[in-house]
Amino acid sequence: MRRLLLLEKAHIEEIDRYDIYRREGGYTSVEKALKSMSPQEVVEEVKKSGLRGRGGAGFPTGLKWSFLDKKSGRPRYLVCNADESEPGTFKDRYLMEKLPHLLIEGLIVSSYALEANRAFIYVRGEFKWIIKILERAIEEARTAGWLGKNILGSGFDLDIVVHPGAGAYICGEETALLESLEGKRGLPRVKPPFPAVVGLYGMPTVVNNVETLAAVPWIVLNGGDAYASIGIGKSTGTKLISACGNIKKPGVYEVELGLSVEEFLYSDEWCGGMEGEYGLKAIVPGGSSVPILPAHLALKTASGQPRLLSYESMADGGFETGSMLGSGGFIVYDEAQCIVRNTYNFARFYHHESCGQCSPCREGTGWLERLLHKIEEGHGTLHDIDLLWDVQKKIEGNTICPLGDAAAWPVASALRHFRQEFEAHVHQPQQCLFRRRASFVFANASVEIA
Amino acid sequence: MIRITIDDIETQVEEGTTILNAARKIGGKIVPPALCYYSSLKGSGGKCRACLVKVEQASARDPRPMPKLVASCCTPAQDGMVVRNITSPEVLEARRGVVELLLINHPLDCPICDQAGECDLQNFAYEHGLEKTRYEFPRRTFDPIDIGPHIQLHMTRCILCYRCTLVADQLSNDRVHGILWRGEVSEISTYIQKAIDHEFSGNMIDVCPVGALTDKHFRFRNRVWFLIPMDAHRNCAKCCGKVVLWLRGKEIYRVTARKDEYGEVHEFICNECRWEHYNLNDWVVEGPRAFQPWSVINANKYHANTKELPHTLYSKLDNERWNEFEGVN
Repeated sequence: MRRLLLLEKAHIEEIDRYDIYRREGGYTSVEKALKSMSPQEVVEEVKKSGLRGRGGAGFPTGLKWSFLDKKSGRPRYLVCNADESEPGTFKDRYLMEKLPHLLIEGLIVSSYALEANRAFIYVRGEFKWIIKILERAIEEARTAGWLGKNILGSGFDLDIVVHPGAGAYICGEETALLESLEGKRGLPRVKPPFPAVVGLYGMPTVVNNVETLAAVPWIVLNGGDAYASIGIGKSTGTKLISACGNIKKPGVYEVELGLSVEEFLYSDEWCGGMEGEYGLKAIVPGGSSVPILPAHLALKTASGQPRLLSYESMADGGFETGSMLGSGGFIVYDEAQCIVRNTYNFARFYHHESCGQCSPCREGTGWLERLLHKIEEGHGTLHDIDLLWDVQKKIEGNTICPLGDAAAWPVASALRHFRQEFEAHVHQPQQCLFRRRASFVFANASVEIA
Repeated sequence: MIRITIDDIETQVEEGTTILNAARKIGGKIVPPALCYYSSLKGSGGKCRACLVKVEQASARDPRPMPKLVASCCTPAQDGMVVRNITSPEVLEARRGVVELLLINHPLDCPICDQAGECDLQNFAYEHGLEKTRYEFPRRTFDPIDIGPHIQLHMTRCILCYRCTLVADQLSNDRVHGILWRGEVSEISTYIQKAIDHEFSGNMIDVCPVGALTDKHFRFRNRVWFLIPMDAHRNCAKCCGKVVLWLRGKEIYRVTARKDEYGEVHEFICNECRWEHYNLNDWVVEGPRAFQPWSVINANKYHANTKELPHTLYSKLDNERWNEFEGVN
């Protein structure tokens, strides 16, 4: 049974307007929290719910909130990370476009729980139209009395600021985001100290993903236990999965965690199976940073269990035979896709987006890209494949922020599972599957024109 | 005070001390190398990843190991922490990786680089690097820019440690240079090719771990290992006036601030001391400066007959010996 918590009202026309959203029961969680709950009670509910960060790392949100330094009496900030720029991930964009008021509602309740009087939404700069949507929605909420001084007579003040980024992927890393928000170069900070102690402008700060914050109103309304009863094991609740690639029905789907990959991929309710004549070759289950899974490991874990859309099941087998749920960017490849070309494409992205602060990532991502380009172009040697493995090994785990890991993992997993394809590129570059299909499509097109 | 064990050697340090500084307290071979950390510059460190160490036990309270290698220059020591540096093959492997990655775009023009002999990257590469490069693509190059009359910028040699920008930030009121662009092509540059001109700008040369920023007045005039470094001072209204004179005979080839055994300056000097007093009479010479035993600067500084190690001899040099060198040079 398909259950929707986040996108329940997404189909309603003009739900991005305040009147419609309010008519459909919006902002009731704010009423409930501000009138009948203490901030600590809200935190407890979120802790009970087992909600985990939806940005990629899957860190328990309640725990993150409880780390926030409230004792020192310094101002606290809540920052919403809407700098969604991972290749393959487009769930936050959909959420903000359709349900801007849900995010604002989540921000109000979460700020109340954290006793923060100012919240920021750091939006990816390319989302120009979304900035407009958010700003209009905030204005509507302010006019209706949900933002500003003394909200609902509770004595709680809150204002939300929308801040557009300038187009850097690295600013999605929480400390780089804070630097950018402060008006500096978007370079990740060295941790510790963590943002919960020294964050925005040196004050205690919580940084949460859009989807995480949007899940909070439901938890406040229905209770943490109700949320925890959805999902499987420690992966509670629902998750937005942005599916793309060679499938019949690409798009953003809300799934209950614990749905099997097989069902998600082949059921008509979700992706609707593979597009075209080719079978499944591989899946990147959580955005470009996570390890790629070949077909046999994508549907079943190495131990023979069905692979589920949950944090634990996806990570089953570690990096040897598993992957990560990540941000839910579900990319599907059919057998006609070239893994080398895909890996090169990802490496090019990480090379371009490396901030250049620490040496392994700055120098290594460029090396990875050049090596992959060489192999993809058919000039590679077997030695280059081994070198590729060595270089990614030297980046992984040795950098300030996870971008180095994100650059290394796709390369490592592609080599681990598809080494024969790299070798084929060395021995018979002209046989590359991608080119074969490209020329096939081209030939067919010319027939049609004739 | 807290206890920390580094490579099986235990020591006690103040709370808040970093692992690197705790290791420096112990001293010797277990001190991790550092190319970007600079103790007298606030906010430095964490970037070069040369000082990575393995934390086997995070603290007495939480005995779990840390999942990744950590940068020792910015990780505070905890009570009961157990750290492995040179006794961990994993750390040495990671360090080899860092050397290799730092060198792929470094020009390796040491034979014509003024920094040779006192270059942190050169020392680091000798210690940990491979003999051959595996990088076969064109190296990164930059258009040369002129940043003023005193300092020569060689961007191709830069390893982006950010030390020089911190000097400008923390020793002067008007930083006119910084990092432009992003990622692999980031470069140190001045704001629209403005010349760097403030009283303490020369310290950028001293803090630069490589030959990216060199002294225009000293450029191509001599090699550091042919010169005799002598501690000297003068009364200066602007700075401490404590310097090292680099001499050949009675001629001063260059003046630098005093670096400690880790190549760090603690008392910065002004540009007047650095570039306007090339007459030996302006200075009160204190005596020869000691260097680490492995430093190439010790070369040619002792008689062939002497059986003693250069560093022991060097620290024992008195003015009498100094006169002998004067004859040699």
